[in-house]
Amino acid sequence: MSLTQRFATTLIVGATRLLTGVQARWRAEPQAGARIYFANHSSHLDGAVIWASLPPLLRPRTRAVAALDYWEKSALRRYLAKRVFNVLMIDRNPQQSREQRNAPLQPLLDALDTGDALILFPEGTRGEGESIAPFKSGLYHLARQRPDVALVPVYLENLNRILPKGSLMIVPLLCSAIFGAPMCIASEESRDDFLLRARQALEELAP
Amino acid sequence: MNLHDPQLLILLGAIFGLLIIASLIGYVLSLRSMSLPQQATVANLNARIRAWWLMCIVFMAALSTGLIDAVILFGLISLLALREFVTLTPTRRADHEPLLWSFFVILPLQYVLVNMRWYGMFAIMIPVYGFLFLPARAAIAGDTRDFLERTAKTQWGIMVCVYCVSYAPALLMLDIDGYAGQNAKLLLFLVVVVQLSDVLQYVFGKLFGKHKIVPKLSPNKTVEGFVGGVLGASAIGMAMCWMTPFSVWAAGAIALLIALAGFAGGLCMSAIKRDSGIKDFGALIEGHGGVLDRIDSLCFAAPIFFHVVHYYYM
Repeated sequence: MSLTQRFATTLIVGATRLLTGVQARWRAEPQAGARIYFANHSSHLDGAVIWASLPPLLRPRTRAVAALDYWEKSALRRYLAKRVFNVLMIDRNPQQSREQRNAPLQPLLDALDTGDALILFPEGTRGEGESIAPFKSGLYHLARQRPDVALVPVYLENLNRILPKGSLMIVPLLCSAIFGAPMCIASEESRDDFLLRARQALEELAP
Repeated sequence: MNLHDPQLLILLGAIFGLLIIASLIGYVLSLRSMSLPQQATVANLNARIRAWWLMCIVFMAALSTGLIDAVILFGLISLLALREFVTLTPTRRADHEPLLWSFFVILPLQYVLVNMRWYGMFAIMIPVYGFLFLPARAAIAGDTRDFLERTAKTQWGIMVCVYCVSYAPALLMLDIDGYAGQNAKLLLFLVVVVQLSDVLQYVFGKLFGKHKIVPKLSPNKTVEGFVGGVLGASAIGMAMCWMTPFSVWAAGAIALLIALAGFAGGLCMSAIKRDSGIKDFGALIEGHGGVLDRIDSLCFAAPIFFHVVHYYYM
């Protein structure tokens, strides 16, 4: 990492922790290496909060997965995405034929294969924070193709109150990030069963 | 703060002397062989003593660098307390804007008013204008569910964590005949009496506690702890009369009053915690929970102390 990157990282992690007072609680010891953190999504801060909750050594190898169209919008977002958070961007509207349907997941599989961890929001969009929406199938396809990669549910509490959907202003309340026990896909598990089980694992972490 | 004031130096010496004695006792206790629950009690005691060191040092540093004159320290305490309070009393989406106003307008404004020494305004801004404005802003957001309850929560949060706390630094604005430039000692009188009352209630409760006062609410609060703590704090207040504008008996009576107010504050905040199903408001200070757990008694004592002094000594 360059010096400016380091500075930007320290600044963002510090600001995130100060504003959200995030308390990380681990139900199982944090581990390095390829794994997928999946969390409920209610605010723009979610990715940064999970990232700031990780032990510092794990941060550089943990990459949030986000939509290209969102992060390409301004120079600041591009800088944050590429230089600070090392965001893995996926194209939500690729111009391609039917055979290439799985192509958007390829960069994610590549990252896992090099030992990176990923942060995913399987609801696909930000919810209102009251309940967890049904999961999109991306998590299932990843788990199916890399069945050995551990999936860690992360429940974010209170973030929907700090920066709710529809507001750009932060109320500096306290939040917590609860990291659950890692889970894996079962060999014959169907898509719907798996997605439901993953969602329940996340729901169970809610206090 | 005038660090050349000999009375102040004696008091600071006494406070740090007390901390040194407490640390020594804690250390000696930790060396003895004990059962597991006893060990946990001693570990908690030592965590509390360490936290007291830190809090005293921060407080003294703020006093001597003038941060308290500029009310910055208490403004920060209010901010931390308010965020703990609101975090644990659930709000809805429509409360977001009233909360933004509370955190970013009303809270700083209150401390600006204190710093301006504008008594007439700082005494009514929150209870009058804040109390009318906040529900109005929430109503505009259009969510009627639990409206009265949500309004009450926001109002209580801002009242206890901001308004009441701001009375502590406001003591510096009082113009008392023959006491000019010495008001920092009034503030110390308040803080020392209230906090020692808490500590003594804890100590007397642990040593002699048998009869619980409000068992449903707080199993740690006993009649013996209450009597010992409040009387002990009153005696300490009396002993501190030489550094205040009060006579011996007035100092004792005022100390009794603020110790009682502090006890009431502790009870009310415990009731809120019990109702929300939590033990502490936060985890910022090891052994003490959050900021609000530490200042709950100060919240109730500060405005009463301020008004008594304002009424009788100005």
